[in-house]
Amino acid sequence: MLTLKDVSITFNEGTLDEKKALQRTNLMLNSGDFLTVIGSNGAGKSTLMNITSGSLLPDVGNVYIENKDVTFIPEYKRSHYIGRVFQDPMAGTAPNMTIEENLAIAYSRNKRRTLRFGVNKKRKQMFKEYLETLHLGLENRLTAKVGLLSGGERQALSLLMATFTEPNILLLDEHTAALDPSRAEMITNLTGDIVKKYELTTIMVTHNMQQALDLGNRLIMMDKGQIILDVAGKEKNQLTIEKLLNEFQRIRGTDMVNDRALLG
Amino acid sequence: MFISIFGSIEAGIFYAIMALGVYLSFRVLDFPDLTVDGSFVTGAAIAAMLIVSGYNPLIATVIAILAGFLAGCITGLLHTKGKINPLLSGILMMIALYSINLRIMGRSNIPLLSQETIMTKISQLSERIGFDQVMSSLFTSLGFTHLPRTFGIVIFAAVVTLLIKFLADYLLKTEVGLALRATGDNKKMIRSFSANTDNLTIFGLGISNAFVALSGALIAQYGGFADIGMGIGMIIIGLASVIIGEALFGTKTIAITTLAVIGGAIIYRIVVTLALRVEFLETGDLKLITAVIVITALVAPKIIDNFKEKQRRKRKRTEQMKVAG
Ligand SMILES: Nc1ncnc2c1ncn2[C@@H]1O[C@H](COP(=O)(O)OP(=O)(O)OP(=O)(O)O)[C@@H](O)[C@H]1O
Ligand SMILES: [Mg+2]
Repeated sequence: MLTLKDVSITFNEGTLDEKKALQRTNLMLNSGDFLTVIGSNGAGKSTLMNITSGSLLPDVGNVYIENKDVTFIPEYKRSHYIGRVFQDPMAGTAPNMTIEENLAIAYSRNKRRTLRFGVNKKRKQMFKEYLETLHLGLENRLTAKVGLLSGGERQALSLLMATFTEPNILLLDEHTAALDPSRAEMITNLTGDIVKKYELTTIMVTHNMQQALDLGNRLIMMDKGQIILDVAGKEKNQLTIEKLLNEFQRIRGTDMVNDRALLG
Repeated sequence: MFISIFGSIEAGIFYAIMALGVYLSFRVLDFPDLTVDGSFVTGAAIAAMLIVSGYNPLIATVIAILAGFLAGCITGLLHTKGKINPLLSGILMMIALYSINLRIMGRSNIPLLSQETIMTKISQLSERIGFDQVMSSLFTSLGFTHLPRTFGIVIFAAVVTLLIKFLADYLLKTEVGLALRATGDNKKMIRSFSANTDNLTIFGLGISNAFVALSGALIAQYGGFADIGMGIGMIIIGLASVIIGEALFGTKTIAITTLAVIGGAIIYRIVVTLALRVEFLETGDLKLITAVIVITALVAPKIIDNFKEKQRRKRKRTEQMKVAG
């Protein structure tokens, strides 16, 4: 489904600021896998997402989607197959456009954009039905500007927009990080539901270890541009935060818990 | 007085097409495109040149539109592929067009007074079908003595401008149009929904400058000449129209905003006409007047809002005092 093969990328090579953000990273996801990614700040998690989506090109290595080499396919073409939700609730929607217009844009993700109306009666009805699944009452506010929504509402809408066209791959980069705990939980539950409903192949980055344990069937831990732990299936089900922290210490020889946020 | 106001309305409606172009670049694409000063003249120059060479004025106008589209696309290319900042891309294209326009015209001014233009055709038609006579007698009975030569042109101007408005309204609601608007609103987002923002920017600027060139072509035929200097400050006039329109009529929907822009363009013309009638102001002050109008339109709404907000708070406070006391 998705394969990253020997992917490396270095920022500011040859300067004092040199950062090996990914070092010979290999990753293979099967169709329907739900991978959660944890790791300290600067571990390369977002870089991994950006290389998958095509907003960054790797220095070496290749990216394959459905066995097709997409390494050099530009981001806007690759997003035919990829849905994304960003950390910043402002990033995933167009604030000066209405909810229905945003949904219409998302609806065209895997289609050719034409000179037909983006919003019509039939689509309105469809958008309404999708919005109802969010249980936020947004179905009654189709013509409200998205900029007026709260962060949580916007993030829920972003999630819906990224998923309702059933992308081959869903990328979630700390998409609950900017929300207060109750909204974050709402979005987390919604994520679980949506991924299950459409059986999406998903990569979710999170700083919340509990969330990483609760969701998905596979978990990787990253550090300094490398995947240092990779557990799946039963083994993942039996993981606890404590075990994860111990594991990190065993592998890296240092303590991970300098970063309070990691505990979630 | 009536005649000069009537004239400014006529001209304002033609200039409104240019303002709609500016609206597309400035507001929809969020791209401050200064190409306008050049592409307006390009439209005028091509139309005038072709008309003088004996082409049908309608065909001349269509070719002017295409040239404007091309100019806008090049500005878009400079920005997206050449990675030149938006303001600079526009300025570069503007000065390049100055030379190109001179080449097109071959001299700095082409008079069209004795030529067959769209305007002469329209006024002839308006007279032949008796429209002018009807309107004249109507206005005479209302007590006006000095009447314009023809009423056909203002109707024609309104029809063309409204057609362009509806075209813009429609375009901005299509799937492509939604992507275009999102390109101006949130590039990162629209890229993640598989839209090529480069192509959309190029296309959007093309359409914008096509409108501007159409306006230039019509103004040349309306005014009876094309002049190399007729585009100077055009971008500010366009911006003034957009800002005045938005401030007065609001931006609730696209359809309202585009109508507001047209209204803004007309009001701008009327204000300028009235200002020039003031004793101590002369034609050379036009640019200064424009600057003052734009500044007023930018600052006044904020002052008014501030004032309203203050009043509201004051009212709340007295209400609360009453409740407490
Ligand atoms: N565009 C860039 N230019 C230079 N350095 C970059 C760039 N993007 C990322 N980096 C560096 O690469 C490293 C990995 O960054 P990345 O954003 O992938 O980390 P992350 O794991 O997502 O961290 P966080 O948890 O803070 O989001 C960091 O040291 C970062 O400073
Ligand atoms: Mg990150």
